[in-house]
Amino acid sequence: MSLDRADVERIAHLARLEVDEQELTAYAETLSRILGLIEQMNAVDTEGIAPMSHPLEAGLGFRADEVTEFDQRELFQVNAPSVQAGLYLVPKVIE
Amino acid sequence: MHEKSVADLSNSLNNKDISSHELTLAYLDRIESHRELNAFITVDRIRALEQAQAADARLRTGQGGPLTGIPIAQKDIFCTEGLPTTCGSRMLANFVAPYDANVIQRFNAAGCVLLGKTNMDEFAMGSSNETSFFGPVRNPWDTHCVPGGSSGGSAAAVAARLAPAATGTDTGGSIRQPAALTGITGLKPSYGRVSRYGMIAFASSLDQGGPMARSAEDVALLLNVMAGFDPRDSTSVDRPVPDFTRTLDESISGLRIGLPREYFGEGLSAEVGRVIEAAIEQYCKLGARVVDVSLPNSRLAIPCYYVLAPAEASSNLARYDGVRYGYRAPEYADLWEMYSKTRAQGFGTEVKRRIMIGTYALSAGYYDAYYLKAQKLRRLITGDFDRVFEHCDVIMGPTSPSTAFEFGSKTDDPVAMYLSDIYTISVNLAGLPGMSIPAGFDGNGRPIGLQIIGRYFDEARLLNVAHKYQQATEWHLRAPRGF
Repeated sequence: MSLDRADVERIAHLARLEVDEQELTAYAETLSRILGLIEQMNAVDTEGIAPMSHPLEAGLGFRADEVTEFDQRELFQVNAPSVQAGLYLVPKVIE
Repeated sequence: MHEKSVADLSNSLNNKDISSHELTLAYLDRIESHRELNAFITVDRIRALEQAQAADARLRTGQGGPLTGIPIAQKDIFCTEGLPTTCGSRMLANFVAPYDANVIQRFNAAGCVLLGKTNMDEFAMGSSNETSFFGPVRNPWDTHCVPGGSSGGSAAAVAARLAPAATGTDTGGSIRQPAALTGITGLKPSYGRVSRYGMIAFASSLDQGGPMARSAEDVALLLNVMAGFDPRDSTSVDRPVPDFTRTLDESISGLRIGLPREYFGEGLSAEVGRVIEAAIEQYCKLGARVVDVSLPNSRLAIPCYYVLAPAEASSNLARYDGVRYGYRAPEYADLWEMYSKTRAQGFGTEVKRRIMIGTYALSAGYYDAYYLKAQKLRRLITGDFDRVFEHCDVIMGPTSPSTAFEFGSKTDDPVAMYLSDIYTISVNLAGLPGMSIPAGFDGNGRPIGLQIIGRYFDEARLLNVAHKYQQATEWHLRAPRGF
């Protein structure tokens, strides 16, 4: 499977990555090469094999329903690019 | 002082022959005088020396443990309260972690000194440390060569004696491959052994933190601190943690070493192959015997990994949106542009490639062909190991198909770079523990690592097997010239 510039544009859109005209060609080429490597998977018949999502396949543990996290908003918002009155600021999305 | 092992330094500190303050100062000075290696991203002298003084006070009152006062270099992927934690990325270049990772908490509780935060491939995606936003790390054995990656800064720091020991993380070989390329000892524990809490996520079903030092004994001392159940990591495994130093000296007579024929075929450098064979002969002299085994699906490990790891990464890295922390692009017209410009400018090329591969593999219409297929192969690869371990106690082979390579030699071809991890990746897919120990050098004086793979939660045996070899050989004692 090889990707063209339109494919890269579509994937970049899904991934929220801005890609300029020049980069489109370079990404189409390197991503196609990586997909070429990945497609070696098709040499093996995996019919009837159960997918494995986790090395230990252990179920998630349960804990008592107790409060373990407390409000540390001021501490965490020190790292935020833009805040006001305890709120994260982003460009306006509703007219 | 910098020639001493962690075990020796521990004795000297507990006997009050040296103070942690003296020791920390000596290492801080070595880091300063070898800045050309670019092994560290952040060093906070004042904080390190304060921690050393606190350790000395603890040692004076007899309340020290085995690692109290020992300076440790931490990979810059572990969140460290009040210190920059960058993950080698522009995206987090200004991020000051508001809390400590579990691994950092454990080293603090043991009384260790945080010497500095080490350089790494961006978001741990790389095998050469060339993808770091903070520039490549140089290999102290040959400064024209890479130290391996992604834990390249930790590996170079330990090899150059800028730190007695360090931490790394290993998603596809990122502890073992740089350990091999810099001639040190590194261990990737079983998945679930070391908490991932506060360890910045790359591929969560594969990521595992572990120790890097010069000897198996030192690695055992560090693992004693790092390993253990943590309820804040939902994949942390609640099972007893042995004292990993206790069984180091046990006899390995009768040990069955599985040699997978797939690890000695095409693609392996002849020089590396010869050194690995010599190491196996040494093991036979120590009473071990060799079993011929096969991991028939191991050739599928790289294709399988390059679906699963990017898929998990594309999901994990979706959090970097310029809203709550990290980089935000300076100019944008609307929310959409803020996201896409922030991510385009904040991430480097290799990270963007992997995000796009992962996004593609998970996108509508492609999920079954890529992600599901890779998950099925993961089961086949894991099943190979289960069968082989019915006939042997450990598996051995090369850690990396070649020795350290020159800067720029693989940066234009991501596929060539990915093949550096051909012998390490399947271990992560299966979740098994694996080590790399120094076993010799090539004709250019570049180190070669022997990989030892064990059964689930059999780290104690790996360390025992590695230690016995290091008692009989001195490869792990060699230092690069000028360090």
